[in-house]
Amino acid sequence: MNTHIRRLLQAPSVILLLLWMIVPLSMTLYFSVVRYNLLYPGPLEFDGLLNYEFFITDSAFFPALTNTLLLVGSVLIITVVLGLALAMLINRPFFGRGIVRVMLISPFFIMPTVNALIWKNMLMNPVYGIFAVIATAFGAEPVDWLADYPLLSIIIMVSWQWTPFALLIFITSLQSQDTEQQEAAQLDGASSWAVFRYLTLPHLSRSIAVVIMIQTIFHLSIFAEIFVTTGGGPGYDSTNLAFLIFSQALLQFDVGVASAGGVFAIILANIVAFFLIRAVGKSLVV
Amino acid sequence: MTSFKTELQAIAVPPMFAFEPTLENFSIVQERSDYMKYAINSVITSFGATFLALVIAVPSAYSMAFFPTKRTKDILLWMLSTKMLPAVGVLMPIYLLTKGAGLLDNVLSLIIIFTMINLPIIMWMLFTYFKEIPKEILEACRMDGATTLGELRHVVMPLSWGGITSTGLLSIVLCWNEAFWSINLTSADAGTLTALIASYSSPEGLFWAKLSAASTLACAPIVVFGWFCQKQLVQGLTFGAVK
Repeated sequence: MNTHIRRLLQAPSVILLLLWMIVPLSMTLYFSVVRYNLLYPGPLEFDGLLNYEFFITDSAFFPALTNTLLLVGSVLIITVVLGLALAMLINRPFFGRGIVRVMLISPFFIMPTVNALIWKNMLMNPVYGIFAVIATAFGAEPVDWLADYPLLSIIIMVSWQWTPFALLIFITSLQSQDTEQQEAAQLDGASSWAVFRYLTLPHLSRSIAVVIMIQTIFHLSIFAEIFVTTGGGPGYDSTNLAFLIFSQALLQFDVGVASAGGVFAIILANIVAFFLIRAVGKSLVV
Repeated sequence: MTSFKTELQAIAVPPMFAFEPTLENFSIVQERSDYMKYAINSVITSFGATFLALVIAVPSAYSMAFFPTKRTKDILLWMLSTKMLPAVGVLMPIYLLTKGAGLLDNVLSLIIIFTMINLPIIMWMLFTYFKEIPKEILEACRMDGATTLGELRHVVMPLSWGGITSTGLLSIVLCWNEAFWSINLTSADAGTLTALIASYSSPEGLFWAKLSAASTLACAPIVVFGWFCQKQLVQGLTFGAVK
Protein backbone atom coordinates (compact mmCIF):
# COMPACT_ATOMS: atom_id res chain seq x y z
CA MET A 1 0.00 0.00 0.00
CA ASN A 2 2.85 2.28 0.87
CA THR A 3 4.47 1.84 -2.52
CA HIS A 4 1.27 3.07 -4.13
CA ILE A 5 1.39 6.29 -2.17
CA ARG A 6 5.02 6.77 -3.10
CA ARG A 7 4.27 6.28 -6.75
CA LEU A 8 1.32 8.61 -6.47
CA LEU A 9 3.48 11.31 -4.89
CA GLN A 10 6.05 11.10 -7.64
CA ALA A 11 3.58 10.83 -10.46
CA PRO A 12 2.65 14.51 -10.98
CA SER A 13 6.18 15.78 -11.41
CA VAL A 14 7.28 12.88 -13.57
CA ILE A 15 4.23 12.95 -15.82
CA LEU A 16 4.28 16.72 -16.22
CA LEU A 17 7.94 16.83 -17.10
CA LEU A 18 7.49 13.95 -19.49
CA LEU A 19 4.72 15.84 -21.26
CA TRP A 20 6.75 19.03 -21.20
CA MET A 21 9.61 17.26 -22.88
CA ILE A 22 7.92 14.94 -25.32
CA VAL A 23 5.05 16.98 -26.69
CA PRO A 24 6.99 20.04 -27.88
CA LEU A 25 9.96 17.96 -28.96
CA SER A 26 7.91 15.70 -31.17
CA MET A 27 6.04 18.69 -32.53
CA THR A 28 9.32 20.37 -33.39
CA LEU A 29 10.51 17.22 -35.12
CA TYR A 30 7.26 16.98 -37.05
CA PHE A 31 7.19 20.63 -38.07
CA SER A 32 10.77 20.40 -39.20
CA VAL A 33 9.87 18.00 -42.01
CA VAL A 34 6.70 19.66 -43.29
CA ARG A 35 6.10 22.83 -45.22
CA TYR A 36 4.43 25.09 -42.72
CA ASN A 37 4.35 28.84 -42.96
CA LEU A 38 1.79 30.84 -41.02
CA LEU A 39 1.62 33.35 -43.85
CA TYR A 40 0.64 30.73 -46.43
CA PRO A 41 -2.09 28.61 -44.94
CA GLY A 42 -2.83 25.32 -46.58
CA PRO A 43 -2.45 21.62 -46.00
CA LEU A 44 0.81 20.58 -44.36
CA GLU A 45 2.88 18.82 -46.94
CA PHE A 46 5.69 16.46 -46.24
CA ASP A 47 8.88 18.16 -47.20
CA GLY A 48 11.61 15.75 -46.30
CA LEU A 49 14.79 17.48 -45.32
CA LEU A 50 14.06 20.58 -47.37
CA ASN A 51 13.65 22.74 -44.28
CA TYR A 52 17.03 21.70 -43.00
CA GLU A 53 18.55 22.42 -46.35
CA PHE A 54 16.85 25.78 -46.37
CA PHE A 55 18.00 26.63 -42.89
CA ILE A 56 21.59 25.63 -43.51
CA THR A 57 21.88 27.33 -46.87
CA ASP A 58 20.34 30.53 -45.52
CA SER A 59 22.88 33.31 -45.92
CA ALA A 60 22.50 34.05 -42.22
CA PHE A 61 23.30 30.53 -41.10
CA PHE A 62 27.09 30.62 -41.17
CA PRO A 63 27.40 34.06 -39.63
CA ALA A 64 24.96 32.92 -36.95
CA LEU A 65 26.87 29.72 -36.28
CA THR A 66 30.24 31.43 -36.06
CA ASN A 67 28.74 34.19 -33.93
CA THR A 68 27.26 31.63 -31.57
CA LEU A 69 30.57 29.82 -31.21
CA LEU A 70 32.52 33.06 -30.87
CA LEU A 71 30.08 34.33 -28.28
CA VAL A 72 30.15 31.16 -26.21
CA GLY A 73 33.92 30.76 -26.51
CA SER A 74 34.94 34.27 -25.61
CA VAL A 75 32.41 34.63 -22.82
CA LEU A 76 33.64 31.37 -21.34
CA ILE A 77 37.28 32.45 -21.39
CA ILE A 78 36.51 35.90 -19.94
CA THR A 79 34.19 34.71 -17.20
CA VAL A 80 36.33 31.79 -16.07
CA VAL A 81 39.57 33.78 -15.97
CA LEU A 82 37.99 36.84 -14.39
CA GLY A 83 35.88 34.82 -12.01
CA LEU A 84 38.90 32.84 -10.92
CA ALA A 85 40.99 35.98 -10.37
CA LEU A 86 38.24 37.69 -8.37
CA ALA A 87 37.54 34.57 -6.35
CA MET A 88 41.23 34.32 -5.39
CA LEU A 89 41.22 38.01 -4.49
CA ILE A 90 38.27 37.93 -2.14
CA ASN A 91 39.02 34.51 -0.72
CA ARG A 92 41.22 35.94 2.02
CA PRO A 93 39.48 37.99 4.69
CA PHE A 94 39.79 41.77 4.55
CA PHE A 95 37.77 44.73 5.74
CA GLY A 96 34.45 45.12 3.96
CA ARG A 97 34.73 41.75 2.27
CA GLY A 98 31.08 40.92 2.77
CA ILE A 99 29.96 44.06 0.98
CA VAL A 100 32.43 43.62 -1.86
CA ARG A 101 31.26 40.09 -2.29
CA VAL A 102 27.62 41.07 -2.42
CA MET A 103 28.40 43.83 -4.92
CA LEU A 104 30.35 41.47 -7.11
CA ILE A 105 27.59 38.93 -7.19
CA SER A 106 24.72 41.33 -7.80
CA PRO A 107 24.94 41.63 -11.59
CA PHE A 108 23.80 38.05 -11.86
CA PHE A 109 20.44 38.86 -10.30
CA ILE A 110 19.71 41.79 -12.56
CA MET A 111 17.39 40.85 -15.35
CA PRO A 112 19.12 40.43 -18.69
CA THR A 113 16.98 43.05 -20.41
CA VAL A 114 17.90 45.68 -17.83
CA ASN A 115 21.52 44.65 -18.01
CA ALA A 116 21.52 45.08 -21.76
CA LEU A 117 19.82 48.45 -21.60
CA ILE A 118 22.24 49.77 -19.01
CA TRP A 119 25.12 48.90 -21.26
CA LYS A 120 23.41 50.18 -24.35
CA ASN A 121 22.32 53.54 -23.02
CA MET A 122 24.64 54.37 -20.21
CA LEU A 123 28.00 53.00 -21.21
CA MET A 124 28.10 52.36 -24.91
CA ASN A 125 25.99 55.15 -26.30
CA PRO A 126 28.17 57.18 -28.67
CA VAL A 127 26.72 60.53 -27.55
CA TYR A 128 26.25 60.47 -23.82
CA GLY A 129 27.48 57.04 -22.78
CA ILE A 130 30.19 56.97 -20.17
CA PHE A 131 32.70 55.36 -22.53
CA ALA A 132 32.11 58.13 -25.06
CA VAL A 133 32.50 60.82 -22.41
CA ILE A 134 35.79 59.32 -21.27
CA ALA A 135 36.96 59.06 -24.86
CA THR A 136 36.10 62.69 -25.63
CA ALA A 137 37.73 63.81 -22.40
CA PHE A 138 40.96 62.38 -23.73
CA GLY A 139 40.32 63.93 -27.10
CA ALA A 140 39.57 60.67 -28.84
CA GLU A 141 36.73 59.96 -31.19
CA PRO A 142 33.87 58.25 -29.31
CA VAL A 143 33.17 54.74 -30.50
CA ASP A 144 29.69 53.68 -31.49
CA TRP A 145 30.05 50.33 -29.81
CA LEU A 146 26.84 48.66 -30.83
CA ALA A 147 27.08 49.68 -34.47
CA ASP A 148 30.79 49.10 -34.98
CA TYR A 149 31.51 46.18 -32.69
CA PRO A 150 28.11 44.58 -32.11
CA LEU A 151 29.35 41.12 -31.24
CA LEU A 152 32.08 42.41 -28.95
CA SER A 153 29.50 44.56 -27.14
CA ILE A 154 27.28 41.57 -26.59
CA ILE A 155 30.22 39.53 -25.37
CA ILE A 156 31.05 42.25 -22.84
CA MET A 157 27.46 42.44 -21.61
CA VAL A 158 27.08 38.72 -21.21
CA SER A 159 30.44 38.43 -19.49
CA TRP A 160 29.47 41.15 -17.07
CA GLN A 161 26.41 39.22 -16.13
CA TRP A 162 27.99 35.79 -15.92
CA THR A 163 31.33 36.50 -14.26
CA PRO A 164 29.49 36.67 -10.92
CA PHE A 165 28.13 33.22 -11.57
CA ALA A 166 31.60 31.79 -12.09
CA LEU A 167 32.84 33.77 -9.11
CA LEU A 168 30.06 32.50 -6.89
CA ILE A 169 30.81 28.90 -7.70
CA PHE A 170 34.58 29.27 -7.45
CA ILE A 171 34.36 31.00 -4.10
CA THR A 172 32.04 28.32 -2.74
CA SER A 173 34.48 25.72 -3.90
CA LEU A 174 37.52 27.61 -2.56
CA GLN A 175 36.01 27.77 0.88
CA SER A 176 35.88 24.02 1.08
CA GLN A 177 39.59 23.81 0.29
CA ASP A 178 41.87 22.42 2.93
CA THR A 179 44.12 25.26 4.15
CA GLU A 180 46.49 23.00 6.06
CA GLN A 181 47.80 21.61 2.83
CA GLN A 182 48.55 25.10 1.58
CA GLU A 183 50.30 26.03 4.80
CA ALA A 184 52.41 22.91 4.60
CA ALA A 185 53.38 23.74 1.04
CA GLN A 186 54.31 27.28 2.01
CA LEU A 187 56.45 26.02 4.88
CA ASP A 188 58.27 23.84 2.41
CA GLY A 189 59.04 26.98 0.44
CA ALA A 190 56.55 26.74 -2.39
CA SER A 191 55.86 30.04 -4.13
CA SER A 192 52.31 31.34 -4.11
CA TRP A 193 52.11 30.67 -7.83
CA ALA A 194 53.09 27.06 -7.24
CA VAL A 195 50.47 26.76 -4.51
CA PHE A 196 47.88 28.11 -6.89
CA ARG A 197 49.02 25.98 -9.79
CA TYR A 198 49.44 22.65 -8.01
CA LEU A 199 46.95 22.85 -5.14
CA THR A 200 44.19 25.34 -5.86
CA LEU A 201 43.72 24.73 -9.55
CA PRO A 202 43.35 20.95 -9.21
CA HIS A 203 40.93 21.54 -6.35
CA LEU A 204 38.87 23.81 -8.57
CA SER A 205 39.05 21.67 -11.69
CA ARG A 206 35.67 20.13 -11.04
CA SER A 207 33.88 23.41 -10.49
CA ILE A 208 35.59 24.91 -13.52
CA ALA A 209 34.26 22.04 -15.60
CA VAL A 210 30.76 22.54 -14.21
CA VAL A 211 30.86 26.28 -14.81
CA ILE A 212 31.98 25.76 -18.39
CA MET A 213 29.27 23.25 -19.14
CA ILE A 214 26.41 25.15 -17.53
CA GLN A 215 27.42 28.40 -19.12
CA THR A 216 27.74 26.77 -22.51
CA ILE A 217 24.21 25.50 -22.30
CA PHE A 218 22.86 28.89 -21.26
CA HIS A 219 24.95 30.85 -23.73
CA LEU A 220 24.04 28.73 -26.71
CA SER A 221 20.61 30.31 -26.47
CA ILE A 222 21.44 33.89 -25.50
CA PHE A 223 18.52 35.92 -26.64
CA ALA A 224 17.43 38.85 -24.50
CA GLU A 225 20.66 40.80 -24.81
CA ILE A 226 20.62 40.63 -28.59
CA PHE A 227 16.90 41.32 -28.83
CA VAL A 228 17.18 44.46 -26.72
CA THR A 229 20.38 45.95 -28.06
CA THR A 230 21.33 45.18 -31.63
CA GLY A 231 18.41 43.16 -32.90
CA GLY A 232 20.87 40.85 -34.59
CA GLY A 233 22.31 43.57 -36.75
CA PRO A 234 23.84 45.39 -38.39
CA GLY A 235 23.34 42.83 -41.12
CA TYR A 236 23.86 39.51 -39.39
CA ASP A 237 26.86 40.72 -37.41
CA SER A 238 25.40 39.86 -34.04
CA THR A 239 22.82 37.25 -34.93
CA ASN A 240 23.28 33.98 -33.09
CA LEU A 241 21.41 30.74 -33.65
CA ALA A 242 18.75 31.50 -31.05
CA PHE A 243 18.04 34.86 -32.57
CA LEU A 244 18.04 33.47 -36.09
CA ILE A 245 15.46 30.86 -35.15
CA PHE A 246 13.41 33.51 -33.40
CA SER A 247 13.39 35.72 -36.47
CA GLN A 248 12.50 32.79 -38.73
CA ALA A 249 9.63 31.86 -36.48
CA LEU A 250 8.04 35.04 -35.23
CA LEU A 251 9.16 37.60 -37.79
CA GLN A 252 8.89 35.51 -40.97
CA PHE A 253 6.39 33.00 -39.57
CA ASP A 254 8.14 30.10 -41.21
CA VAL A 255 7.41 27.36 -38.70
CA GLY A 256 9.04 24.60 -40.69
CA VAL A 257 12.42 26.24 -41.13
CA ALA A 258 12.42 27.54 -37.58
CA SER A 259 11.74 24.04 -36.30
CA ALA A 260 14.59 22.66 -38.35
CA GLY A 261 16.79 25.27 -36.70
CA GLY A 262 15.38 24.26 -33.33
CA VAL A 263 16.36 20.65 -33.91
CA PHE A 264 19.82 21.85 -34.79
CA ALA A 265 20.07 23.86 -31.57
CA ILE A 266 18.84 20.92 -29.52
CA ILE A 267 21.51 18.65 -30.98
CA LEU A 268 24.19 21.22 -30.27
CA ALA A 269 23.08 21.63 -26.67
CA ASN A 270 22.80 17.91 -26.11
CA ILE A 271 26.41 17.32 -27.00
CA VAL A 272 27.35 19.51 -24.04
CA ALA A 273 24.56 18.22 -21.86
CA PHE A 274 25.78 14.68 -22.24
CA PHE A 275 29.05 15.51 -20.51
CA LEU A 276 27.40 17.66 -17.87
CA ILE A 277 24.99 14.93 -16.88
CA ARG A 278 27.80 12.43 -16.61
CA ALA A 279 29.73 14.78 -14.35
CA VAL A 280 26.70 15.43 -12.17
CA GLY A 281 25.69 11.80 -12.08
CA LYS A 282 29.00 10.83 -10.56
CA SER A 283 28.50 13.07 -7.55
CA LEU A 284 24.90 12.06 -6.96
CA VAL A 285 24.35 9.80 -3.98
CA VAL A 286 20.90 8.36 -3.65
CA MET B 1 36.30 45.29 -9.69
CA THR B 2 35.47 48.99 -9.89
CA SER B 3 33.41 48.45 -12.98
CA PHE B 4 31.11 46.22 -11.06
CA LYS B 5 30.74 48.70 -8.25
CA THR B 6 30.12 51.75 -10.35
CA GLU B 7 27.66 49.80 -12.41
CA LEU B 8 25.73 48.81 -9.38
CA GLN B 9 25.64 52.30 -8.00
CA ALA B 10 24.67 53.59 -11.39
CA ILE B 11 21.58 51.43 -11.29
CA ALA B 12 20.50 52.87 -8.01
CA VAL B 13 21.36 56.49 -8.72
CA PRO B 14 19.80 58.25 -11.74
CA PRO B 15 22.55 58.65 -14.34
CA MET B 16 24.40 61.90 -14.36
CA PHE B 17 23.34 63.10 -17.81
CA ALA B 18 19.64 62.90 -17.29
CA PHE B 19 19.34 63.82 -13.68
CA GLU B 20 15.79 64.45 -12.59
CA PRO B 21 14.14 64.09 -9.23
CA THR B 22 13.51 60.41 -8.90
CA LEU B 23 9.95 60.44 -7.74
CA GLU B 24 8.84 62.33 -10.79
CA ASN B 25 10.31 59.64 -13.02
CA PHE B 26 8.53 56.95 -11.15
CA SER B 27 5.19 58.61 -11.59
CA ILE B 28 5.81 59.26 -15.29
CA VAL B 29 6.75 55.68 -15.81
CA GLN B 30 3.55 54.67 -14.14
CA GLU B 31 1.50 57.03 -16.30
CA ARG B 32 3.12 56.20 -19.59
CA SER B 33 3.17 52.48 -19.44
CA ASP B 34 1.01 51.38 -16.57
CA TYR B 35 4.02 50.09 -14.74
CA MET B 36 1.99 48.62 -11.93
CA LYS B 37 0.22 46.23 -14.27
CA TYR B 38 3.49 44.79 -15.48
CA ALA B 39 4.82 44.62 -11.96
CA ILE B 40 1.73 42.77 -10.83
CA ASN B 41 2.09 40.40 -13.76
CA SER B 42 5.67 39.73 -12.76
CA VAL B 43 4.67 39.08 -9.20
CA ILE B 44 1.78 36.82 -10.19
CA THR B 45 3.81 34.78 -12.64
CA SER B 46 6.88 34.31 -10.49
CA PHE B 47 5.04 33.64 -7.25
CA GLY B 48 2.37 31.57 -8.94
CA ALA B 49 4.86 29.43 -10.79
CA THR B 50 7.00 28.98 -7.70
CA PHE B 51 4.03 27.97 -5.60
CA LEU B 52 2.77 25.54 -8.21
CA ALA B 53 6.19 24.02 -8.69
CA LEU B 54 6.66 23.60 -4.95
CA VAL B 55 3.28 21.92 -4.58
CA ILE B 56 4.23 19.46 -7.29
CA ALA B 57 7.83 19.00 -6.23
CA VAL B 58 7.60 18.64 -2.44
CA PRO B 59 5.73 15.31 -2.41
CA SER B 60 7.84 13.76 -5.11
CA ALA B 61 11.12 14.98 -3.68
CA TYR B 62 10.00 13.58 -0.35
CA SER B 63 9.23 10.17 -1.75
CA MET B 64 12.46 10.12 -3.71
CA ALA B 65 14.60 11.15 -0.77
CA PHE B 66 13.14 8.77 1.79
CA PHE B 67 12.09 5.82 -0.29
CA PRO B 68 14.71 5.68 -3.02
CA THR B 69 14.43 2.90 -5.52
CA LYS B 70 16.88 1.71 -8.11
CA ARG B 71 15.47 4.14 -10.60
CA THR B 72 15.50 7.26 -8.43
CA LYS B 73 18.91 8.35 -9.63
CA ASP B 74 17.90 7.88 -13.23
CA ILE B 75 14.72 9.86 -12.73
CA LEU B 76 16.62 12.74 -11.15
CA LEU B 77 19.18 12.81 -13.93
CA TRP B 78 16.46 12.64 -16.52
CA MET B 79 14.72 15.59 -14.90
CA LEU B 80 17.99 17.46 -15.08
CA SER B 81 18.25 16.62 -18.75
CA THR B 82 14.90 18.25 -19.51
CA LYS B 83 16.53 21.47 -18.33
CA MET B 84 19.10 21.13 -21.09
CA LEU B 85 16.57 21.51 -23.85
CA PRO B 86 17.24 24.91 -25.39
CA ALA B 87 14.19 27.13 -25.30
CA VAL B 88 14.52 28.09 -28.95
CA GLY B 89 14.22 24.45 -29.90
CA VAL B 90 10.68 24.28 -28.63
CA LEU B 91 9.67 27.87 -29.29
CA MET B 92 7.39 27.08 -32.21
CA PRO B 93 5.39 24.23 -30.64
CA ILE B 94 4.89 26.10 -27.38
CA TYR B 95 3.89 29.22 -29.25
CA LEU B 96 1.36 27.33 -31.35
CA LEU B 97 0.05 25.36 -28.38
CA THR B 98 -0.54 28.48 -26.33
CA LYS B 99 -2.12 30.12 -29.34
CA GLY B 100 -4.32 27.09 -29.91
CA ALA B 101 -5.39 27.12 -26.28
CA GLY B 102 -6.18 30.80 -26.52
CA LEU B 103 -3.62 31.52 -23.85
CA LEU B 104 -1.34 33.77 -25.85
CA ASP B 105 -0.59 36.91 -23.87
CA ASN B 106 -2.10 35.32 -20.82
CA VAL B 107 -0.60 35.11 -17.36
CA LEU B 108 -1.65 31.50 -17.03
CA SER B 109 0.52 30.28 -19.89
CA LEU B 110 3.56 31.99 -18.41
CA ILE B 111 2.88 30.44 -15.02
CA ILE B 112 2.70 26.99 -16.55
CA ILE B 113 5.87 27.48 -18.56
CA PHE B 114 7.83 28.93 -15.65
CA THR B 115 6.68 26.05 -13.48
CA MET B 116 7.95 23.51 -15.95
CA ILE B 117 11.23 25.33 -16.49
CA ASN B 118 12.04 25.47 -12.81
CA LEU B 119 10.61 22.16 -11.71
CA PRO B 120 13.86 20.20 -12.27
CA ILE B 121 15.94 22.66 -10.27
CA ILE B 122 13.39 22.76 -7.47
CA MET B 123 13.11 18.97 -7.37
CA TRP B 124 16.84 18.69 -7.24
CA MET B 125 17.28 21.18 -4.42
CA LEU B 126 14.43 19.81 -2.32
CA PHE B 127 15.85 16.36 -2.78
CA THR B 128 19.20 17.42 -1.31
CA TYR B 129 17.50 19.19 1.58
CA PHE B 130 15.30 16.23 2.40
CA LYS B 131 18.31 13.94 2.26
CA GLU B 132 19.79 15.84 5.18
CA ILE B 133 16.94 14.95 7.52
CA PRO B 134 18.01 12.01 9.69
CA LYS B 135 16.07 8.90 8.81
CA GLU B 136 15.80 7.95 12.48
CA ILE B 137 13.33 10.73 13.10
CA LEU B 138 11.04 9.40 10.43
CA GLU B 139 11.37 5.88 11.71
CA ALA B 140 10.38 7.06 15.17
CA CYS B 141 7.29 8.72 13.71
CA ARG B 142 6.36 5.61 11.85
CA MET B 143 6.63 3.62 15.05
CA ASP B 144 4.21 6.07 16.56
CA GLY B 145 1.85 5.29 13.71
CA ALA B 146 2.16 8.37 11.51
CA THR B 147 0.81 8.00 7.98
CA THR B 148 2.93 8.87 4.99
CA LEU B 149 1.13 12.12 4.36
CA GLY B 150 1.08 13.02 8.02
CA GLU B 151 4.77 12.37 8.18
CA LEU B 152 5.35 14.70 5.28
CA ARG B 153 3.18 17.45 6.67
CA HIS B 154 4.12 17.36 10.32
CA VAL B 155 7.71 16.19 10.29
CA VAL B 156 9.48 16.68 6.99
CA MET B 157 8.09 20.06 6.01
CA PRO B 158 8.68 21.81 9.34
CA LEU B 159 12.19 20.37 9.53
CA SER B 160 13.19 21.56 6.10
CA TRP B 161 11.27 24.81 6.15
CA GLY B 162 14.44 26.84 5.59
CA GLY B 163 15.36 24.72 2.61
CA ILE B 164 11.94 25.00 1.06
CA THR B 165 11.92 28.76 1.53
CA SER B 166 15.29 29.29 -0.09
CA THR B 167 14.35 26.98 -2.93
CA GLY B 168 11.26 29.10 -3.44
CA LEU B 169 13.31 32.28 -3.34
CA LEU B 170 15.68 30.99 -5.97
CA SER B 171 12.78 29.98 -8.15
CA ILE B 172 11.22 33.42 -7.80
CA VAL B 173 14.48 35.06 -8.83
CA LEU B 174 14.77 32.82 -11.88
CA CYS B 175 11.16 33.41 -12.94
CA TRP B 176 11.40 37.13 -12.38
CA ASN B 177 14.39 37.45 -14.67
CA GLU B 178 13.14 35.07 -17.33
CA ALA B 179 13.19 36.92 -20.60
CA PHE B 180 12.84 34.57 -23.53
CA TRP B 181 9.32 33.31 -22.97
CA SER B 182 7.91 36.50 -21.56
CA ILE B 183 9.11 38.50 -24.55
CA ASN B 184 7.86 35.97 -27.06
CA LEU B 185 4.54 34.99 -25.58
CA THR B 186 3.15 38.20 -24.16
CA SER B 187 2.49 41.72 -25.21
CA ALA B 188 0.10 44.12 -23.54
CA ASP B 189 -2.04 42.10 -21.19
CA ALA B 190 0.27 39.64 -19.55
CA GLY B 191 3.59 41.34 -20.12
CA THR B 192 6.03 41.07 -17.25
CA LEU B 193 8.60 43.64 -16.25
CA THR B 194 11.23 41.98 -18.42
CA ALA B 195 8.98 42.44 -21.44
CA LEU B 196 8.15 46.02 -20.48
CA ILE B 197 11.79 46.97 -20.18
CA ALA B 198 12.62 45.19 -23.41
CA SER B 199 9.96 47.28 -25.12
CA TYR B 200 11.80 50.40 -24.02
CA SER B 201 14.68 49.44 -26.22
CA SER B 202 13.26 51.15 -29.29
CA PRO B 203 13.00 54.80 -28.16
CA GLU B 204 16.81 54.86 -28.10
CA GLY B 205 17.30 56.11 -24.60
CA LEU B 206 14.92 59.04 -24.93
CA PHE B 207 13.30 58.09 -21.69
CA TRP B 208 16.47 57.00 -20.13
CA ALA B 209 15.80 58.66 -16.79
CA LYS B 210 12.38 57.08 -16.68
CA LEU B 211 13.75 53.81 -17.81
CA SER B 212 16.31 53.77 -15.05
CA ALA B 213 13.54 54.44 -12.58
CA ALA B 214 11.63 51.50 -13.97
CA SER B 215 14.71 49.32 -13.96
CA THR B 216 15.52 50.18 -10.39
CA LEU B 217 12.06 49.21 -9.31
CA ALA B 218 12.24 46.04 -11.32
CA CYS B 219 15.61 44.90 -10.05
CA ALA B 220 15.85 46.05 -6.48
CA PRO B 221 13.62 43.44 -4.84
CA ILE B 222 15.11 40.58 -6.79
CA VAL B 223 18.71 41.57 -6.13
CA VAL B 224 17.92 41.56 -2.42
CA PHE B 225 16.25 38.16 -2.76
CA GLY B 226 19.33 37.00 -4.60
CA TRP B 227 21.66 37.97 -1.78
CA PHE B 228 19.69 35.78 0.54
CA CYS B 229 19.89 32.71 -1.61
CA GLN B 230 23.48 32.80 -2.88
CA LYS B 231 24.33 29.43 -1.41
CA GLN B 232 21.18 27.83 -2.75
CA LEU B 233 21.88 29.36 -6.10
CA VAL B 234 25.20 27.56 -6.33
CA GLN B 235 23.65 24.26 -5.39
CA GLY B 236 20.58 24.75 -7.51
CA LEU B 237 22.35 25.82 -10.65
CA THR B 238 25.11 23.26 -10.45
CA PHE B 239 22.70 20.51 -9.37
CA GLY B 240 24.76 19.79 -6.29
CA ALA B 241 27.91 19.12 -8.27
CA VAL B 242 29.74 21.91 -6.43
CA LYS B 243 29.53 22.23 -2.68
